[in-house]
Parts: sequence; C-alpha cells; structure tokens
Amino acid sequence: MRKLILLIAAGALAAVTSVAGAATLDDVRAKGHVQCGINTGLPGFAFKDEAGDWQGFDVDYCKALAAAVFGDAGAVKYTNLTGATRFEALKAGEIDVLSRNTTWTYSRDNDLKLTFVGVNYYDGQGFIVNKALGVESAHDLEGASVCIQTGTTTELNLADFFRANGMSYEPVPIENNEEARQNYLAGRCDVYTTDRSGLAATRAALDNPDDHVVLPEIISKEPLGPLVRHGDDEWGDIARWTLNALILAEEYGIDSGNVNDLAQGTNNPEINRMLGTEGEFGAMLRLDQDWVVNVINAVGNYAEIFDRNIGPDTPIGLSRGVNASYLDGGILYAPPFR
Amino acid sequence: MTVHPGVEPGSTFRLSDIWTNERSRSLVIQIAALVVLLATLGWIINNTVQNLENLGVETGYGFLGHPASYDINQRLIDYTSRSTHARAALVGFLNTVLVAVTGIIFATLLGFMVGILRLSNNWLVSRLMTAYIEFTRNVPVLLHILLWYGIVVHVLPHPRQAIEPVSGLFLSNRGFYLPRPIFEDFAWVIPASLIVTLVGLFLFARHARRVQERTGRIYPVLSISLAAIVAAPVIAYFASGSPVSLDWPALKGFNYQGGIALKPEFFALWFALSIYTAAFIAEIVRSGIVAVSHGQTEAAFSLGIKPGWTMRLVIIPQALRVIVPPLISQYLNLTKNSSLAIAVGYMDLTATIGRISLNQTGRALECMSILLTIYLLISLTISAFMNWYNRRIRLVER
Ligand SMILES: N[C@@H](CCC(=O)N[C@@H](CS)C(=O)NCC(=O)O)C(=O)O
Repeated sequence: MRKLILLIAAGALAAVTSVAGAATLDDVRAKGHVQCGINTGLPGFAFKDEAGDWQGFDVDYCKALAAAVFGDAGAVKYTNLTGATRFEALKAGEIDVLSRNTTWTYSRDNDLKLTFVGVNYYDGQGFIVNKALGVESAHDLEGASVCIQTGTTTELNLADFFRANGMSYEPVPIENNEEARQNYLAGRCDVYTTDRSGLAATRAALDNPDDHVVLPEIISKEPLGPLVRHGDDEWGDIARWTLNALILAEEYGIDSGNVNDLAQGTNNPEINRMLGTEGEFGAMLRLDQDWVVNVINAVGNYAEIFDRNIGPDTPIGLSRGVNASYLDGGILYAPPFR
Repeated sequence: MTVHPGVEPGSTFRLSDIWTNERSRSLVIQIAALVVLLATLGWIINNTVQNLENLGVETGYGFLGHPASYDINQRLIDYTSRSTHARAALVGFLNTVLVAVTGIIFATLLGFMVGILRLSNNWLVSRLMTAYIEFTRNVPVLLHILLWYGIVVHVLPHPRQAIEPVSGLFLSNRGFYLPRPIFEDFAWVIPASLIVTLVGLFLFARHARRVQERTGRIYPVLSISLAAIVAAPVIAYFASGSPVSLDWPALKGFNYQGGIALKPEFFALWFALSIYTAAFIAEIVRSGIVAVSHGQTEAAFSLGIKPGWTMRLVIIPQALRVIVPPLISQYLNLTKNSSLAIAVGYMDLTATIGRISLNQTGRALECMSILLTIYLLISLTISAFMNWYNRRIRLVER
C-alpha cells in the first residue's frame, strides 16, 4: 500500500510538471538567466576555455540573447545536448533556446513544432578521410565504414547519398563529436561525415590536421541556426531579432569598438533606431531601449563573432564564403530595423 | 464455520459492519485504492494529452509505416533506408534477441563452470575464480561494455593488417571475420542424418535405462551419444559428396567482404554482458551447491556412487531447485542490460525505435510505449519459460 501511494505521488508529480507556459520571457526574467542548449563540445562552436567557461560561435549567440534580455552576457546557463537529445530538451522546456549546429528542415519546423529564428551559418554536409587512403572523391567510398552522429540530418543524407549513387557502406553510429573523433582516429571508420563546418572544427583538433582531407563533395544543404519552441511568438521574435541585430550591425559598421560612441546618436536614422536613440523599439519586444547596444558590447557583431571563433585566423580557419554579408557577395541578409 | 472478529453469528446486519468486518473492510479499502489509482492514471493521461495538444504535437502510430530513411549496419533480415520504422524496430528487436539469447547461453555455461570451480579443492583455481567474480561483479556493466569495445577498436589492428591466427579467421578492429558455409544441392543430407541420429540415440537411451533398471548393467550412453553426434554429420558430409563449400572473407577495398562478420559493437556487448552476468550466476550456483547438505554426498559415496555421478545425479538436481529462481532474474537482468547497446552503437531495439526513429520523428511517447511493451513481453516470456522449468524440477514428493 505504501508503495502504491509512493507510485501515485511520483506519477502525479510527473504529470503536474507541465511544459513551460507561453510567456517564456517572463519565465526567463523570473529565473534570472537564459537556459541555452549547446553541443557537447566542438572546437570553435562550443568548447570550454582554459578558465572552464564555454566559448564559441554558438555560445556567443546564447550570450547575445542574455545581453538582450538582461543587459548582461553572463546571465546564461548551458545545457550540453547531443544530436539525439536536443529537441526533447527544448520541447520539454528544459532549455529556452537551442543554439547547436542545428539544420532548419521542414519536418523539424512543422512536425516537431519548433521555430527556427534564422540562419547563422549556411553549411553543407561533407566527408573527411585520412590522406593515406588516397581517396579523392566521395564517389570512391564504395564499401567504406562511415562514422555518423545519430539523430542528425546528416545520418539521413548519408543514407540517401550512398543509395542514390548505388554504393554500399557500413554506418558506424555514434553519439557525439568526441566519440566520432576517437573512432575515426582508431580506424573503426574510414570516413567521418557531418556538416563541413563541423569537419573543419574536428580536423583542427586532430594531432596532424594535414594528414586528413575534407573531400570536395557537398552532399546536402545545412542551414544552421538557433531555434525555440512553437507557441511563444514574442520569445521567438526576441531570439530572431537578436540574430538579425548581429547581422545588421555588421552591415552598418557597428562593432564592439564603436558602439558606445554611435549610441550617443548619429545622422543615420537606422543606426539610431537600432541603438535606441530614436523611437521606442526596445519596448516593442518588452526589452530595454538600448538592448542592441548591450548585445554588441557583449559579443560584437556577426563578423566579430565569426572571426573570433571560426574565422581564417583561428585554427578552424573557415572563410566567410556564402556566409559573407550580401554587401560583400554573400547571402547573409537581415530585414530592416524599422 | 469461520467466525470473523466483530461479527456475532446470527446478529443482524448493520452498516457499520462493513467497516468492523475484516473481510469487507479490506474489500472497501482495495476498491477505494483502485478508484484512486484509476483516477490518477486517467488524470495523468489526460494531462499529458492536453499538454501535447497545447504544444501542437501530433500523436499517433502512423509514422511506423513511413520510410525510416536511416541505415542499420548489423541486421538479421533485409532492411534498407527505404524500409519502414516498423521494420527498423523489427531489425532492432531481432538484434536484442540475438544478443540476449547468445548472452544467456554463454553466461550460463561460464557461470556454472566458475561456480563449480570456485568450490574446487585446488587453492589456485578457487582463488582465481574468486578474483574473477569479485572483479567482475563490482565494476558497473557499462564500464565492462566500454572496456571491451575499447580493446577491440583500439588494440586490434586495422583490417589491412588483420591478424589471421588460423587460416580463414581474421581479427581486426572492424570485427572478426570467419568463413561462411554455403549449402549446395545435397546439403540437406547432413541435418537429416543428425535428426535420424538423435532419434536413434533417444531410443537407445530409453533402452539403456530399461536394461539398467532390470539388470543393473550400465551402457556408456553419454560417450556413445557424443561420438554418434559428431560422426553422423561427418559421414553424411562425405557420403553425399561434400555438398558444403565455404565463402571465405577477403579484403576488398576498405573492408573485408564475404564470410561471417562479428562486429566490435556486437562482440563488446555480448561478451561484457555474458562475463558480467556469469559472475552472478557463479555465485548463485555455488550457493545452490553449498545448500545441499553434505550428508547427501556422504550418503551417495557410501552407496558406492562415483564422485562425478554424485555431482550429476545427486547434488546438481537438488541444487537446481535453489539455483533456478535467482537464475531467472539474472536472465532478465542480462536482457534488460542489453539496452546499454546504444553506448557502443549496437543497433538493438533501444537504439533503433527508441533512439533514432524517436529522434527523427519526434514521436517520443509512441516510441517509448512500443519499447516498454516489447521489453515487457520479452521479460514475461523468459519468466514464463523459466517458471515452467522450475516447476518441472521441483522436488517431487512421493
Ligand atoms: N546539422 C546537423 C548535424 C548537427 C550535429 O550533430 N553536428 C555535430 C558536428 S558538426 C555536432 O555539433 N557535434 C557536437 C556534439 O557532439 O555535441 C543536424 O542538425 O542534424
């Protein structure tokens, strides 16, 4: 009987703890921090620095969001998630936003009921192999063993690619990037496949990066970006415009070095609207008037985030490519702040 | 007639009797508990459905008929990425059954051996067995699995430098490869000869028992049976013109092709689960044997029964009664622990429907309910079988 009561109590508890309500912004303010889902460790995107703090391209977005809401980039806590656990965590309300190399797809948007707030990195899936194998193209991979992270789009693209090309392969399913790296190095698989940005990051962390080559084929489109749950448009808009503000700041030449000066007022009305010296734009999102100033002070604009974490001067060494601003011939383009 | 406390025989019924009468009181309590339980369950389900609706999450099992779109490396039946989620679940289920059944067999053999050897009079042997049991039992099973996976993947060489201890067997960090028999036209003769032999041996054993009961003469049934079981297929093989050929594994491109492949993921899981569970079984076996009073052995010896026979005919049958019930729970443990497969990427039931399908479709509740139901069914099947066996070997009182 006592067991029965315990059981009932446990069941009741499980059922009452329902998902976070509609007003995520109020919940976040009440908690005092943004709970941000990031990956378990990928150089350049989300990694621990010497001081033990999380840094990286995806982590900086979390900080920007915290700065937008609290004016403090430190008001953020992280939850490490694998490809397989991330969506459940978001849906169950464990995290407020997911910023983890996640591809925007139709079924994630409409079937899993998630809201992608934009794209912060246009990517595609590639392959990395050891040079010693002498492989020059993904079409030479007949019969190879391929390490692949489960619960990802890349797992599905891989199946499609080999099937479409009439080739066989042995998938070696793996939970996270670190495990993939170890299995790849040990030779359990010949090839590791994931987003090319992830490959560059993984390659940079190998002992002899030059022994490994990323094959030329790009087998999919992987627009990566942050996302929130369906059902709270206000929170979604805050997340979306935080990303837009980072991109717009680059377009208008606002960066962490000049933002405080520009915030004194300029003769460009668009900059003035963004930095809060004109209009009531902060209030429209229930944020501070100078929220964009806080964001840029905290992490810089998109270009600064890119260059600091994954750009040409970092070990990851990614060039902007299509991720350049549309002004520089890329496809990064944010709607006007008006 | 039984008299219940509080009920005077012959007295008239009063409403308070429901509470004072022990039997009706317990009935009332049980009904109340049931109502509370059902109400709570109903509320939980209602709440969950409501929450999901609020989130706009679709529910239902329709996705099982859609293409799974992912590949599975180890499978006992045909499967491609165009097969359905239901078929992926079936592939996973069969992989679970494969590792559970082979694991139970190996763990039982090893466990009985270790358990008996631990009682050996040989100091070294018994200490070695103790060390094995203590080391194995006290390390979490997940670590065992990761350890063996690590050994295969990191210690064994790449397929190109595979070790070939005997001709046709290749050991590499992508798995162990051995020749696969291919059965040709007259190959049916071989299993047929085996069946005929088994039937013959059964009749022979019955005859031998009758002779023994009548005259006391003992035929060497065991050695004759073993010899016949080995000899019959060999003779049949040559008599029918060697109808079995071997498909040899060979290195082609990146990997070995052909033959039978034992992948590191399967090996690590199977071996780790087996040696882990065997340590517990060994202790169960030892306690079972120790539980049989020493007087039984002495009685058997004084009747002039040989030591080996004493073990087989006197001690083990009595010990089994103590051994079988806890053995059942070890079998169940092994089966359930096999869901740790995911840690090394063995595609069992949990890894397929409970992980990748769940993840790619977002149907968490549905996948979990399927997973729960199937594990429950597997466990109940094992329990039912073992309970039947337990009843069969129960002490028959005469
Ligand atoms: N973009 C793909 C793949 C995402 C993914 O899992 N990426 C890997 C490598 S780029 C990663 O972030 N791994 C980090 C980790 O293991 O936590 C998706 O959204 O499904």
